[in-house]
Amino acid sequence: MSAARERPRPAHHGRPHHDQPHHDQYKHRPGRGSTSVIEVSRVGGRTAVRLARPPVSGVVRPRLLVTCAALACATFAVLCVSLTTGEFPLPVTEAVPALWGGGDPGARLIVQEFRLPRALAGMLAGAAFGVSGAIFQTLTRNPLASPDMLGITQGAGVAVVGGIVLGLGAGLGTQTLGLTGALLTAVLIYVLAWKRGTTGFRIVLVGIGVNWVCVSATQYLIVRAKVYQAQEAVGWLVGNLNGRGWESARPLILALAVLVPLVLVLSPWLRALHLGDQVAGGLGVPVQRARLALLCAAVGLVAFATAAAGPVAFVALAAPQIALRLAGTARPPLTASAVTGALVVLGCDLLGQRLFPDLELPVGVITGVLGAPFLLWLLARANRIGSGG
Amino acid sequence: MIHVTEETRSSGPVAAERAGRAGGKASPGVSDAPHPGGRGVRSGAGFGRSRVHRLLLLAGALGLLVLLCALSIAVGSRQIPLGQVLAVLTGPHDTQIGRIVWDVRVPRTLLGVLAGSALGVAGAVMQALTRNPLADPGLLGVSAGAAFALMLAVGVMGMTSLYGYVWFAFAGALAASVVVYVVGGLGRGGQTPVKLALAGIAVTFMLESVTRGVSLIDPQVLNRYRYWASGSLAGQETATILQVLPFLVGGAILAVSITPALNNIALGDDVAAALGRRLGRIRMRGALSVMLLTGAAVAVAGPIVFIGLVVPHAVRALSGPDQRWLIPLTALLAPCLLLAADIIGRVVARPQEIDVGIVAAFLGAPFFIALIRRRRLAEL
Repeated sequence: MSAARERPRPAHHGRPHHDQPHHDQYKHRPGRGSTSVIEVSRVGGRTAVRLARPPVSGVVRPRLLVTCAALACATFAVLCVSLTTGEFPLPVTEAVPALWGGGDPGARLIVQEFRLPRALAGMLAGAAFGVSGAIFQTLTRNPLASPDMLGITQGAGVAVVGGIVLGLGAGLGTQTLGLTGALLTAVLIYVLAWKRGTTGFRIVLVGIGVNWVCVSATQYLIVRAKVYQAQEAVGWLVGNLNGRGWESARPLILALAVLVPLVLVLSPWLRALHLGDQVAGGLGVPVQRARLALLCAAVGLVAFATAAAGPVAFVALAAPQIALRLAGTARPPLTASAVTGALVVLGCDLLGQRLFPDLELPVGVITGVLGAPFLLWLLARANRIGSGG
Repeated sequence: MIHVTEETRSSGPVAAERAGRAGGKASPGVSDAPHPGGRGVRSGAGFGRSRVHRLLLLAGALGLLVLLCALSIAVGSRQIPLGQVLAVLTGPHDTQIGRIVWDVRVPRTLLGVLAGSALGVAGAVMQALTRNPLADPGLLGVSAGAAFALMLAVGVMGMTSLYGYVWFAFAGALAASVVVYVVGGLGRGGQTPVKLALAGIAVTFMLESVTRGVSLIDPQVLNRYRYWASGSLAGQETATILQVLPFLVGGAILAVSITPALNNIALGDDVAAALGRRLGRIRMRGALSVMLLTGAAVAVAGPIVFIGLVVPHAVRALSGPDQRWLIPLTALLAPCLLLAADIIGRVVARPQEIDVGIVAAFLGAPFFIALIRRRRLAEL
């Protein structure tokens, strides 16, 4: 047995293939120096793709691709609506060219300075919430384990409300405070859950404990606050995109540009960790390091998103679950979760702006009210899917 | 004779096993027989902790409670010399200090005793019924359900009499606990502490977000809700507090009446059923007790977390897992923790006060996290 294991990996001409039904394609596998860049083959009823360089292979899932494309189209459509409507309606033929610097100066000003940054901040925050929720749900194998439930967004809330009420670090602004609060809380949770390594369950439970402390601290600050401070604090805690400009969108663009590719590179580890720590270890994944890297990326995403838009309720929880059901995959798909999150936040923000003519509802109220029934439905089904405990 | 060191460390399945023995007719000595099973059973004498020891514990708990009640009346955000407090307690009431003592501190202490007992016993019953060490009315969303229903009754419908709105609290507590338990029990592996805790916090957040929506439509609701939602012993009159007493007594009697059955349930549902327990009825009585205790406590004190988690665990370490002792001891010691938290909240931020719910969360969360770290996952 050990001899068999130590045998050098067979090259495509090494081992007889008499018992493999579809060995033909292996014969044509491009070796080093082959000119074939991409190879498509049918394996077990699925279409597999293999790139020669970089050496990447995967399964083509038509339904996932169609879902992503459809969601992206829907997001673009909502973006167009949010760019063209408002107090100063613009036709699509003017609004869309204005995105690229065309059109007349008035339209360009409205689109580029007012409507686009807000829409972009919403979309990017939604995408970040979606990806980070997908990572948390996959790592813990529980559809209810989103960064909202584990206290990370609440940590940002404590920092921001503390800044508003106590005037701590008032010069830093809500963005820096929110970012710092979320990152510190995540570090605290990880350290407290560390005991010769971490497990997904311990992170969830410690997160819930930390969450209660953060909720209580926020409550204390709000009770102490003067009325106008309490209103400002609650306004932020709800999750709000009102009046967000480029100063909110720009850090998000940078964060996503760094973290999303990182997550995609790490996604094979995520796939393995979804099978459980022991299986992942058996597959050669460095379990603790992989989990730490993925958690860092997820926390970074949610921290930047919360800093820009506040803790928009339920997006990180719902977007991956919606994407999972649309795409029919076994675990939350990363890209589809990102697009779903973007669509949800953008759509809810648009709804909040246009629902009542003279009242601008914060996006978090819309996602909260829409998200609550969804959560109930999810709760009724959730644990059937995840093993949870 | 008493294996104190061994006993105080006992927990998990071993403890549960001993608890189960308590439920039967077995007298303490019976389990002394050697058994091939393992360490826990071998030290069966530990189960037969002497009655004297437990009575001493009971007396000690009572003494501590009396001491903390006295402290709670003597200490406040306004410093009044002890002699004056004593003079007022025994003498005339109509001075300014008399009013502070009789109208503020005494009702507050009374509420602390009642609410603390109720939350502690509710937590102990929940832990025993589900064999889940992380059960607590606050943690599993039962308090949040009651609080949400109260927000609707008091904030939106404008009810003012306790006998009007307390029913809403009961209904909310029952609905939330049913949702959390059903949801937490779905799927592979049945109920696990992780699933229940996540379901609890999810329900809490959901209700919170609806509350925010309501408070946005009506800012008056936010203003009333934000003071009450953090959990406070202050601001209730003695008459209101006494109105919830019948519900609390009812809940406590129900809880005590099922203690022998809870001891059997610690062995597992199958064994309890085989021993002749009717699980459906016992669960119903337990749920009713939790509903009465939590609903009434939340109606007067607001949602307070972690009291029902911490105290039963501490008591289990002191007295062993026999529910017939655990629940009365919890009823005496839980108010001690709540009063201590309240006194801390009054003293640390003078002249302001920190609400007891916030202090309790800060005291309880480290305990909760320590509990998670201490136990192996299989036992969780």
